[in-house]
Amino acid sequence: MAGNSVEEIKKETRVYILVFVALAVLTMVTVAVSYLHLSFIAAVGLAMFVATIKGSLVASYFMHLISERKLIYGVLMLTLIFFLALMLLPLGGFLNSTAT
Amino acid sequence: MEIPYTVEARPDTGLYNSKLGIWLFLASEVMLFGALFSTLIILRTGAQSWPHGYDLLNVPLATLNTMVLISSSVSMVLAWAALRLNNFGKFRLWLGTTFGLGCVFMVIKSIEYGSKFSHHHYPSTDNFYATYFTLTGLHGLHVLGGMIVFAYFLGPGSKMWKTKPEQFTNRIEVVGLYWHFVDLVWIFLFPTLYLL
Amino acid sequence: MSVLEKNDAEELGQAEHHEEPFWRKYIFSQDHKVIGIQYGITALLFLMFGFCLMLIMRWQLAFPGKPIPVIGALFGAANAPGGIMLPEFYNQLGAMHGTIMVFLGVVPLLVGAFGNYVVPLQIGAPDMAFPKLNMASYWVYAVGGLVMLSSFFVPGGAANSGWTSYAPLSNIATSGQTWWLIGMVCLITSSLLGSVNFIATIFQLRCPGMSFMRLPFFIWSQLVTSFLLLLAFPPLEAAGILQLMDRVAGTSFFMPSGLVVSGQILDVAGGGNPLLWQHLFWFLAHPEVYVLVLPAMGIVAEVIANNTRKPLWGYKPMVYSTVFLGFMSFIVWAHHMFLTGMGTAISSFFQTTTMIISVPSVVILSALLMSLWGASIRFNTPMLFALAFLPMFGIGGLTGLPLGLSASDIHLHDTYYVIGHFHYVVAPGTIFAIFAGIYYWFPKVTGRRMSEKLGKIHFWLSFVCINGVFMPMFVQGLAGVSRRLYDGGSQYSHAQGVLEWNVFISMFAWGLFVAQIPFIINFFVSIKKGVKVGANPWDATTLEWAAASSPPIGHGNFPEVPVVTRGPYDYSPNDSDQPFLPQNAAPQEG
Repeated sequence: MAGNSVEEIKKETRVYILVFVALAVLTMVTVAVSYLHLSFIAAVGLAMFVATIKGSLVASYFMHLISERKLIYGVLMLTLIFFLALMLLPLGGFLNSTAT
Repeated sequence: MEIPYTVEARPDTGLYNSKLGIWLFLASEVMLFGALFSTLIILRTGAQSWPHGYDLLNVPLATLNTMVLISSSVSMVLAWAALRLNNFGKFRLWLGTTFGLGCVFMVIKSIEYGSKFSHHHYPSTDNFYATYFTLTGLHGLHVLGGMIVFAYFLGPGSKMWKTKPEQFTNRIEVVGLYWHFVDLVWIFLFPTLYLL
Repeated sequence: MSVLEKNDAEELGQAEHHEEPFWRKYIFSQDHKVIGIQYGITALLFLMFGFCLMLIMRWQLAFPGKPIPVIGALFGAANAPGGIMLPEFYNQLGAMHGTIMVFLGVVPLLVGAFGNYVVPLQIGAPDMAFPKLNMASYWVYAVGGLVMLSSFFVPGGAANSGWTSYAPLSNIATSGQTWWLIGMVCLITSSLLGSVNFIATIFQLRCPGMSFMRLPFFIWSQLVTSFLLLLAFPPLEAAGILQLMDRVAGTSFFMPSGLVVSGQILDVAGGGNPLLWQHLFWFLAHPEVYVLVLPAMGIVAEVIANNTRKPLWGYKPMVYSTVFLGFMSFIVWAHHMFLTGMGTAISSFFQTTTMIISVPSVVILSALLMSLWGASIRFNTPMLFALAFLPMFGIGGLTGLPLGLSASDIHLHDTYYVIGHFHYVVAPGTIFAIFAGIYYWFPKVTGRRMSEKLGKIHFWLSFVCINGVFMPMFVQGLAGVSRRLYDGGSQYSHAQGVLEWNVFISMFAWGLFVAQIPFIINFFVSIKKGVKVGANPWDATTLEWAAASSPPIGHGNFPEVPVVTRGPYDYSPNDSDQPFLPQNAAPQEG
């Protein structure tokens, strides 16, 4: 975690505002793109891409993951692995529909 | 005897207890929403036809709600920063703002639900509405839960600032982490339900 | 030494916690020891209750259509007119037996009771990391249990779609299913709170010197178990919420289009996916199997190390295997679904992972077996139960292999063979480990030892009876008798040859009930009249034995924070002339 001096906290605060602006802009972008009515695959890809950027911004700065301890990273890596296992569910259904 | 590491961090893990606790809780939340997302994917890919969210749902209203929730996340970090600067007055202001924005989110949500109900669109209508109501409803419950905690820290819970300021700051950090997670879930819910 | 410690601790306890009122100290307690005992008592009662449900079912299986003797009139005309059990009631008993045994009996005992009581003591912590959460966890569990019990009294009775609650059958079942779902959401929440607490406690509150490779194996098993609960339970919670929506709000998550019930097409939107329930259910329920087994292995490892008087053979491989088991248990769930028509590609994937996951189980079992080599074993009651665990779990595990291969599973799926298989894992496996744990830690909790004589009677009777119950099930299952038959298979010609086993099994099941009587007597009499013992009656090395017997209630288990200097099982150490060295023994000189 970042230090606790007044200077550093002020600096952090400026970063928060920047992140907010970025999130607002990206929200506008993703909404605007949706009005283009792209092909479904492209729309999904783009929407998830933007959402992932927004999500990582929130996680990295607001939840200050960018300067977190190893143990937290470990827990989150573990969760990620099991989350991916969970995503085997729809993948399995998909594989099945193409295989037969 | 007191439980150790409620306030200061344990040297080898670098964490105080409740911070590890909330991240573990959030990990389980990831799996909860993950299961619901994969449900959505399975149902949608398996369906013969599935409407586009933007044809049936109110995108401008939801965009506004997204902005409200993002702003509340910012006011939440500012509240925490204010505490770390020993500025209790400003903390109350920002946490109050967060609480207020949470209220706005819920009000907008209920307007949205109300207009769906008035058009006779219920969870039982079809699986699009079923997933929409279930996912946003569960997310709404999480927002409500956060607001209850905020109310506690604005009211009776704030007494702790006078006796144990460091532990109080930790508590605000932890509730903040939860709130940002609720925001993060919405960031993924919004495009999947409304924009695709 | 121990008397001195005890006095010190008592004084300490009294000085700090004198003012706590009764209800804070014993009912809404935040002390891990009291919560552990609360969990233990409640879960043992549920275990007994779930067992009794099965005893009633066994009557119907052995003597189909005959009135239940003595207690038959108690169930009322709605369930058993004239004492003859109705099929609907049989289904309720079956579903609730499974649910109660797994979610209200065994898991709360292993994690809630033993975990709560022993984990903080073994790592030298004053309490759990979040005492209030711990209390909440117990009370949410209690509410969940109450909801489950009260569901027997709603119209149509309790849930009757099996403990797996497969959709769409469960979607159209009577209202007891809704209660079941609400109860499950409570139980899942309770488990989540508990697992967050355990992980945080094990990471944060280890006493000085307690590094990860010095953790007793029981702690490792609890840590991995907690991660499984933390990450596998939420998908079931999601599934529970979805089914609740299906039943209450009329959605169609698990309802396919055009479903015909009693000759009529159901009036629902349709488009749902019944297989989705199975996927989400088994995504939890397979890791749940390891939740049922790992802490049992942990208990057995503690008891075996203590009674062989030598270190565990292969502590590190056991730890690594446990962690690997935890990982693998998340990608084997669909081996429960080979017959759902999910496709050969997926079946192949899951049968491969299933074969892989059997390897670490075998490693752990072999290591425990090898630990016995060359030991002068003390055959006390906990050790007998722990020793019986090994072959019983072995049978359970080996009979699982044909079920894990998709080809042989076609024949065996949903037969009594499956019942025999998983009961060997859970009943003479896990429940025997639970008994080992009760006999082993009873002196710590109460300050008194349980009677060895009654304990041995309990063990031998249980051991004979439980094998008499489950061994014939393999025979019936191989003959193709389905597991959910209300009449035990008497209508089917292919079952005729193995029907006589039904009476045999039932006799042994009731015998098993009788075998528990010495345990119940022993348990209650020993609380008051057992032989008084000191803090470390088993000459054990792990830290819980460094605390006073029946440690004072209130945070702070040890007179002073222990400092760990050595590994968990330093029996017959080479560097000392002592017979054993506790983990907190002072470093040896020279």
